[in-house]
Amino acid sequence: MTVHELRTRPGDAKRGDASDGAVLADQVGGRLSRVDGPAKITGAAKYAVEQQLEGLTYAVLVESTIAAGRVQSIDTAAAEAAPGVLLVLTPDNFLPLRTATDWLGTPPPAVAYCPLARSITFSGQHIAAVVAESFEQAVAAAALVKIAYDEAPAIVDLSDPKAGDGIAVDAMTKEWGEAETAFASAPVRICNAYNTPREYQAPMEPHGLIAKWQDDQLTVWEPSQWLDGMARTYAEWFGVPFENVRLVSPYIGGGFGSKAFAYGYGAVAAVAAKMLGRPVKLAVSRPQTFTAYGGRAATRQTVALGANAEGQIQSIVHRGVNETSVDGMWVEPLGSVTSVMYATPNFSSRQNVVRVNTVVPGALRAPGENPSAFGIESAIDELAYEVGIDPLEIRLRNYAEQDPHAKKPWSTRQLREAFAAGAEAFGWSKRTPQPRSMRDGNQLIGWGVAAGTYPVRRAYGEAVVRILADGSVEVESSSIDMGQGTYTILAQTAAEVLGVPAENVIVKLGDSRYARAGVTGGSRLAGVMTGAVHKAASAALDQLVGLAISDPASPFHTLQANTLVVANGRISSPRGNGPEVSIAELLSSVGRQHIEAKGDTMPANSTVEDRYKNYTTIAMALPHTEGDYSRHSWCAHFIEVRVDEDFGTVRVSRVVSALDSGRLYNPKLAESQWKGGIIMGIGQALLEEGIVDRRHGRIVNNNLADYLIATNADIPDIEVISVGIPDPHSSVLGGKGVGELGIVGVAPAIANAVFHATGKRVRDLPITLEKLI
Amino acid sequence: MRDFSYLRAGSVDAAREAAALPGAMLLAGGTTLVDLAKCGVAEPETVVDITHLKGLDTIAVDDRGATIGALARMSRVADHADIKSRFPAVSEALWQAASAQLRNMATIGGNLMQRTRCPYFRDPANFPACNKRSPGSGCSAIGGVTRGHAVLGTSEACIATYPGDLAVALVAFDAILHLGDRQVAVDDFFLPPGSTPEREHAIEPGEMITAIGIPASAAARRSTYLKVRDRQSYEFAAASAAVGIEFEADGRTIRDLRVALGGVATKPWRARAVEEALKGKVLEPEVVRQASLLAVEGAVDHGANHYKIELAPRVVARAILKMGETA
Repeated sequence: MTVHELRTRPGDAKRGDASDGAVLADQVGGRLSRVDGPAKITGAAKYAVEQQLEGLTYAVLVESTIAAGRVQSIDTAAAEAAPGVLLVLTPDNFLPLRTATDWLGTPPPAVAYCPLARSITFSGQHIAAVVAESFEQAVAAAALVKIAYDEAPAIVDLSDPKAGDGIAVDAMTKEWGEAETAFASAPVRICNAYNTPREYQAPMEPHGLIAKWQDDQLTVWEPSQWLDGMARTYAEWFGVPFENVRLVSPYIGGGFGSKAFAYGYGAVAAVAAKMLGRPVKLAVSRPQTFTAYGGRAATRQTVALGANAEGQIQSIVHRGVNETSVDGMWVEPLGSVTSVMYATPNFSSRQNVVRVNTVVPGALRAPGENPSAFGIESAIDELAYEVGIDPLEIRLRNYAEQDPHAKKPWSTRQLREAFAAGAEAFGWSKRTPQPRSMRDGNQLIGWGVAAGTYPVRRAYGEAVVRILADGSVEVESSSIDMGQGTYTILAQTAAEVLGVPAENVIVKLGDSRYARAGVTGGSRLAGVMTGAVHKAASAALDQLVGLAISDPASPFHTLQANTLVVANGRISSPRGNGPEVSIAELLSSVGRQHIEAKGDTMPANSTVEDRYKNYTTIAMALPHTEGDYSRHSWCAHFIEVRVDEDFGTVRVSRVVSALDSGRLYNPKLAESQWKGGIIMGIGQALLEEGIVDRRHGRIVNNNLADYLIATNADIPDIEVISVGIPDPHSSVLGGKGVGELGIVGVAPAIANAVFHATGKRVRDLPITLEKLI
Repeated sequence: MRDFSYLRAGSVDAAREAAALPGAMLLAGGTTLVDLAKCGVAEPETVVDITHLKGLDTIAVDDRGATIGALARMSRVADHADIKSRFPAVSEALWQAASAQLRNMATIGGNLMQRTRCPYFRDPANFPACNKRSPGSGCSAIGGVTRGHAVLGTSEACIATYPGDLAVALVAFDAILHLGDRQVAVDDFFLPPGSTPEREHAIEPGEMITAIGIPASAAARRSTYLKVRDRQSYEFAAASAAVGIEFEADGRTIRDLRVALGGVATKPWRARAVEEALKGKVLEPEVVRQASLLAVEGAVDHGANHYKIELAPRVVARAILKMGETA
């Protein structure tokens, strides 16, 4: 074992953040606390469905109780006669809507869109909605809607005999060398299947909205990871100009991928509001959050690793399957980590999707990379035991010095540093390799390691920066903060550029009337928006200094300086030989109410159409392998579990993770995001599973008492270590992705630790006690 | 949720009278009633609020035992010094139940009336068949998702698990419920489903739990509640055991033993066969493990809940051995 040779080398790299010293909290890289924290803690932050509107009405959805078939009839008489009921919506009286452009920018087919279904493809599908004067009246009346069905046999899940092999997704195929031949002739071969179940985002704030029309102007208060994308959808549904739809979402109580799109219930609320001429609130109930939109698709993977006796991989053959819905398409890219983590001369990854009777699955923190890592990072652990070398050592022996698929150098890859720093902090060298070799009374102790990665997704952004008469600064963007810290890092960015304290910067987000922004997903927002705000703030600073130098009324006019210094909200000459005034005093002396600059990072020749496409679809996103480099974030998780040998219960007792997200715009907030991802990963590994009743094709644990996510008691202290360095190829200010990265690799690290503790390899998540007793 | 009348009872007698009306239900902490009303299981016509009634939340402990008022909050009972010292299993069962927020709201009387977590019972819109909810309609759970369902005390009509923790400890130590004019042993209060799963408690219209009495015993003083669950907090038991033990003067021979199981049966499950097998025996690990297997005598699984038959004896054995270690 050579791991003892690994050492962190303190001071060998500047990280561009507070860990270098000399970075103020106010600046990019500083540990400023969340500026939106007090509003959230005190309850002052108003979430979407908390808006108080005059004349508000309440909509409640009626859902299918069968998983497949047709609606024969809908009897609304009793519901319509119930107290307070204003409207019962069914497919028969729904306003005709148009199909909207999808998130990829695909032109929509010219067919009508109705979110209320006659043809049933999953249990929980929206069929009708009741709108009443009160929520309670709407709930009571919704229970009176009687639906008769012609039921058909359902395909329950991937294990259903009727499911079949599915459809090949050729775009997912990645192949080089002669993978199958090389595997067949490899001295050491392992081949196993790894499964992940349906998992759900379970945000603290359930979904919902308030829709209000004024003439042909629609305002929607709805938690959103993508205001401009959702505004476009609403606009296209109703055939009104994009500018006529205003999305408002200043606060979001967690999204995890589930709040980027306008879903069918949004159309229901907006149609009801139009038909009634009154604002409509539709709060999706917690059970409905399991079927009103999709969680992570269930996945199946087979990973075959061929290696030599030293554990060097000679071939990887990977086959993946994910479920999708009967009439929708979701591809969970299962070969995404498999194809970049380890060097191998021969590789083959292919993927199928299988249609089952479920709501179309969706994005859940690190879609693709998360289940992909469970497969390859479990498999390499199995290979380590097969050849008898340390699980960390085998990862170093197969270290990919460049992107094995794109055949391009990494922009930055601090994974070796992550292994070193994590191993040292965890004490990995004290691990005894044999399974069941570490124990404490009835508790079997296991140590596991796994790596993770997430590609750097890039796009263009814009922002408005305004310097106001009192010297304070406003930043405006239709991007959002769902807890990751956008308000805070954009204040830091503007404060640093403009030389003002961060507390003098007001960041306004979450309103589609502000400067446009693309989707907040795939860990791209921080890199995109710090770049845009940096540009806009720099333009505002140029205007300010230009005014100070050239305006005849400026006290600096006679100084004949080429430039001026702005620091702590005060302007002075570089050599300190002239006047010093506050920004407010300067604006007053030159007679300006404010200075405003709009900045964007779009290519110079971009058209209006390009901009619209960039902000309302992902069609303009830049591939992570664009140009000369392959760009990814990286991480290594070291996890200790304690398994009760009689009860089979697994508890995580220690986590040390070292992560490379490039430069951190705010280490405090990045650490929180990493920890949040790790916590979700612990839940995924040990607890989370949507359980289907096979007779009814219905998720039966559709609430937060029965769908188990980790509680505080399940989470030990988590140590996170930043090993990133600024990556100029990934973003304007040098950061890579943060939010998705932390969860990737946690589940395999836990499964590997469970193997080390018990000698039992669990390849089906979650690792529940009955799999170990 | 349908409309209901709200009635604030002025006295215990008035509450009992009101509760005897058809469709009337008592409201104490509200943590069960409101939850069940939201999922469409409870549809009271009248809600009789008893939260403000005086004198129903006292906790009195002396050498004969403990008397706990029905309106005492779970967290207060759990934290009571004399309950902790004389009935540790009761305190531990309460601490490991629900969440801090629920324990601060929920009352002891209401806790005993909590209903099963069977997902089919809790979803009338999707699963109309439930013998517990509407007698004779059938059981949706049998043949469905049964990972959490009971392996003991089941019938062809119902396999729903009794979900609580406190009552398991109470059954182990022969607690008595005060129902106003009469008293009933806790073990008799909870009814096995048989052919009438809709009838869960031996309580008549016009009766109301006013207090719980727990007789003092050496076994109760040396007791524990061991709860094994998927999640470390806010989670029902996969299997749990309340165990109390009294040794002879030699400190090794078992004079008295109390064992009750939670999370595996249709009611709080007293395991008298284990008790009888070990009374008079010297506490030895292998003897305890063998005897603990008697805890699941007659158990019947429905597939996914088979692990409970393996797990429950291990939980019992661990709890007994833990009590032995402290000798």
